[in-house]
Amino acid sequence: MPSPVIEARDLRKLYKETAAVDSLSFEVAPGESFGLLGPNGAGKSTTMRMVGAVSTRTSGELSILGMDPNENGPDIRAQLGVVPQTDNLDAELRVRENLLVYGRYFGLSRAVVAQRADELLDFAQLSDRAKAKVDDLSGGMKRRLTIARSLINNPRILLLDEPTTGLDPQARHILWDRLFRLKEQGTTLVVTTHYMDEAEQLCDRLVVVDKGMIMAEGAPAALITEYSTREVVELRFGSERNADAAVTLAGVGDRVEVLPDRILIYADDGEAALSEAVRRGLHPITSLVRRSSLEDVFLRLTGRSLIE
Amino acid sequence: MTASTTPAPTRGALRRGGGVGALYSGNPQSVIARGFMATKSTNYIVVLTGFFEPIFYLLSLGLGLGSYIGSVDVGGHPIPYAAFIAPGLLAVSAMNGAIYDSTWNVFFKMHFGKLYQGMLATTLGPLDVALGEIVYALIRGGVYAITFMIVMQALGLNLAWTAMLALPAVLLIAFGFASLGMGITSYMKTFQHMDWINFALLPMFLLSATFYPLSVYPVPVQWVIQALPLWQAVDLVRGLTTGVLSWGLLIHVLYFAVMITLGLVFTTRRLRSLFLD
Repeated sequence: MPSPVIEARDLRKLYKETAAVDSLSFEVAPGESFGLLGPNGAGKSTTMRMVGAVSTRTSGELSILGMDPNENGPDIRAQLGVVPQTDNLDAELRVRENLLVYGRYFGLSRAVVAQRADELLDFAQLSDRAKAKVDDLSGGMKRRLTIARSLINNPRILLLDEPTTGLDPQARHILWDRLFRLKEQGTTLVVTTHYMDEAEQLCDRLVVVDKGMIMAEGAPAALITEYSTREVVELRFGSERNADAAVTLAGVGDRVEVLPDRILIYADDGEAALSEAVRRGLHPITSLVRRSSLEDVFLRLTGRSLIE
Repeated sequence: MTASTTPAPTRGALRRGGGVGALYSGNPQSVIARGFMATKSTNYIVVLTGFFEPIFYLLSLGLGLGSYIGSVDVGGHPIPYAAFIAPGLLAVSAMNGAIYDSTWNVFFKMHFGKLYQGMLATTLGPLDVALGEIVYALIRGGVYAITFMIVMQALGLNLAWTAMLALPAVLLIAFGFASLGMGITSYMKTFQHMDWINFALLPMFLLSATFYPLSVYPVPVQWVIQALPLWQAVDLVRGLTTGVLSWGLLIHVLYFAVMITLGLVFTTRRLRSLFLD
């Protein structure tokens, strides 16, 4: 394996007394698409800021492209593209101007920036909007422009903090397609998200982070195998009767989980588990057999209670 | 579009070492260029209003009110009232322009546009951003000052050749107010906080011997007024346009040199602690 482009060991960030990130260790290989999954407040964005060389770690080791952000912040930032959680496009500038100006911040020449801007508008499918005002763009277009902007300096690593939060399904799929093309061209992607489908779409490998620590690490499929079963049966009996039904279901499948509104049976063969439930005399109002998803892994690892 | 495996060549990166909070990449001109582009794109009306305001003041107070007042004594020389307040208004407009650009504009960019967050994710350092924003404000302020001085010249209110020096003086004044104002604005979180700035500026505007000589105050009050930056500004510009020169003018220059230095250090530190923690 070639040497990693990002290497974090026991990475830690304290804000006053609280640890936003607590002894995180991970590596990202060149060209890899790496995901940081976790609930709100898990420390994803803080990690991204440290990797993006705009936040100083409290302790631990961090190497980006072989450099230490504490020593070479600007040199690292010169080779990164950053797509922040909330768009921070320049609303006082037009679409194409946003790209031109951002390239100039990196010290690139006017000629280089002008050429790149046109290529990137094309890539982001915004060529016909080049002269539009930023505020007149839809959410998905703004996101694509932010991504285009992050590519103006030809970054080796692209950091995407919740790239599709708040977008409609069409916009998300267009965005995923663009990101997938970047990945094919060899750009290393680091993505934070709490959308499981996004992680499954985009990431070769991911870590699940909670309370500033890594709970699990692996490829999406491997994580599902390790932390869940192949299939999940969802049964609804009405909120009054779920607890009673769970008693009857004891021993069906690998594991039974009772939620306020439904019961989940984790089993390798969902249909068989459902037949067994019916054989035991249960008549659910609705039943659903589905493939296990990363969401099951995520909820199992980070718990179901609301994290505030 | 191709993914490059070689690092993007950046002029800035060659010039400086330093970690996450590295201060300067030698590229404030990119921030200035952004200011021009933004003005061209959307902001030109704001720019025009800043141009007319002091001229209206000059016409109404200087020529209108001035016809009742006659002349005012400056350092033993009688000066027509309009020629007395015109340099005061020039200094005030330099202050207002600088304050507007470095407070309201910066406030919006900080909290709503998140503009500086985006800038500091590039190779730019906080000093590039602070210098770029301030110099852009100065260029704008300089254009206002030139047009105002042309009006003064046309009305015969520039009484000495030293009036030429009022232009660099006005830029110096604006630099002082802008660099300090940007740092102070970084503490502002809400619109209510922003009102405090106006609350502090209005009495300074009215009391800093802009419209009447300092000698109307009792001596202890004069000391307080003399400590205010706007009095320093008014007295400096007035000395130059009326040609009533004294060594005191150099003290004013020194006052603003110190204000600029403190303001830049303060603003740069604030930007660094806000966006590069």
